[in-house]
Amino acid sequence: MRIAPTFNVAYRALRRNKMRSVLTALGIIIGVGAVIAMVGIGNGAKAQVEAQIASLGENVILIFSGSTTSSGIRTGWGGAGTLKIEDAEAIRREVPGVIAVSEEVVSTTQVAAGNQNWFTRIYGESADYFDIRQWPLADGAPFTAQDVRSANKVCVIGRTTATQIYGNENPIGQILRIKNVPFTILGVLTPKGLSPQGVDQDDIVVMPYTSAMKRVIGGTTLRNINVQIGDERQIEAAQQQIISLLRQRHNIRPGRDDDFTVRTQQEIAEAATATSRVMTVLLGAIAGVSLVVGGIGIMNIMLVSVTERTREIGVRMAVGAHGNDILTQFLIEAVTLSSVGGVIGIICGIAASRVLSIYANWPTLISISSIAVAFLFSAAVGVFFGFYPARKAAALDPIEALRYE
Amino acid sequence: MNNGALVSLVEVHKIYRTGEMEVPAVRGVSLEIKRGEFVALMGASGSGKSTLMNILGCLDRPTSGQYLLDHADVSRLDRDQLADIRNRKLGFVFQNFNLLPRTSARENAELPLIYSAKRLSHTQLREKADRVLASVGLAGREDHHPSQLSGGQQQRVAIARALINEPEILLADEPTGNLDSRTSVEIMAIFQQLNARGITIIMVTHEQDIAAYAQRNVMMRDGLILQDHLVSKRTNAAAQLKNGAPEPI
Repeated sequence: MRIAPTFNVAYRALRRNKMRSVLTALGIIIGVGAVIAMVGIGNGAKAQVEAQIASLGENVILIFSGSTTSSGIRTGWGGAGTLKIEDAEAIRREVPGVIAVSEEVVSTTQVAAGNQNWFTRIYGESADYFDIRQWPLADGAPFTAQDVRSANKVCVIGRTTATQIYGNENPIGQILRIKNVPFTILGVLTPKGLSPQGVDQDDIVVMPYTSAMKRVIGGTTLRNINVQIGDERQIEAAQQQIISLLRQRHNIRPGRDDDFTVRTQQEIAEAATATSRVMTVLLGAIAGVSLVVGGIGIMNIMLVSVTERTREIGVRMAVGAHGNDILTQFLIEAVTLSSVGGVIGIICGIAASRVLSIYANWPTLISISSIAVAFLFSAAVGVFFGFYPARKAAALDPIEALRYE
Repeated sequence: MNNGALVSLVEVHKIYRTGEMEVPAVRGVSLEIKRGEFVALMGASGSGKSTLMNILGCLDRPTSGQYLLDHADVSRLDRDQLADIRNRKLGFVFQNFNLLPRTSARENAELPLIYSAKRLSHTQLREKADRVLASVGLAGREDHHPSQLSGGQQQRVAIARALINEPEILLADEPTGNLDSRTSVEIMAIFQQLNARGITIIMVTHEQDIAAYAQRNVMMRDGLILQDHLVSKRTNAAAQLKNGAPEPI
């Protein structure tokens, strides 16, 4: 096959009709650009959710209080106040594979220091909390198990809380008044940023749960218990054991609903990413439609081109072109249009998702694989939609073609 | 070589089928053309001369009969083999020039080389095209597009394209049909000059005075050869151009 000169011939033909080539490629540019940008948005959302789930910690089981049914009305998680501190201790004691447990109570309240005040979230936790959530301190030290046992008036604060109250001052060692109780700030947490729901995770005060229950929130029940398992393979067994342990402790007869909910991190991750996965597929599919429309545009132009250049095809055949040479020439034209369009489309798509990230603040993620798939797909569109016109050209009878008016 | 015949047709028939109807276009033509001849194929429309020309040009295959080109039977070759024969041994000149539009004279002339088995570099292609264009009097117009050239110049580009692969035979189908008489004489001058250099020329025409530039006239009617004779008073195009009047050799 005479590939190299045929390439040349195809490029000359495309250059002869610059405007038409550009407009035809534009269909593919828009299609590929849309696919890249849409999949980028979907993947970005998914990656963000995944990162958030991962930030819950590794091999974590979450036990939420509540979700009981009383006269047909189901309370939400944490609504029934069924989890006791003793439950957490029992889990710590009796469930094999458990390496860390954090009792959790949550509230929101006004905090103050000096002449500044701020409305923030109060998390009561055990000393293991920072390990479970893999949330190290940026500065200072966390509270200890001793602080928890003694319900000491100590806390660590998130970056946002620190800035809002202390500005550029170092908050460590300062006194923070929470519901008029003075708490000593031991440290500042490393910033975690926004959660998938858009909540600022650094707008937080974390203190021993005992202190929170006794001095700030009141009450005797936990909202939830965070449990960390040492070995991933033990998670499922641990989950079952926690369920049966709690059912036994809560005197739930067989056949009755649990008054708590146990979720592994895996389950939470799956539920959370399912939405963004559906979104990615949906956006990609819609964008894919425009790519197919672009392909049909190529086919249309190639068919016009074959008809318009019938005499040219006849001349080429008369001077010795094989059917295959003609086929290759038109295929190269189609694939060039689609793959050049694909490359420009990829660039446009990346640019579009950057713009969305910057101005609309949407997370986008463009993977090498989505670029490769988009490029190969656009080339394939050229082959697929270029083949019929190219074959039509190659099958022309040179005598008829030369006589064509 | 043995009998010197470059082209040899033996009892060639061509029958077109349109539905149930069989239309015979060529009905048993036998013809020999020697190397270096300049033959005008003549006849009214429907006489079968165009069909015969297509067969001679390896664009079409005879329904029956034999076509020996340079002692090789080409009547049963397939599409691609015929394309290779056209590329190597034949050059075409058409009535309507059939140049590629918006393409320079040089690129038009290069066209057969693209499909040639010979591998030439870009510069070699260019040099060769420029040399052939110069030989038909188009030096300096290599970059002109067909729309920037007169009819006569366009036909010269077409001749350059036909000559670039150094063919055995130049096949011309009504080469002067779209040209005025002065330009026609110029094209005939080129043909006679090429013929003098040894190129065999087969030319279809229905004009008597154009046929007079050839050495031999073959008349067709109803798919058969009616008359085959040498031209007694051959017109010399070069002399005609010099004197501005027709003059027999």
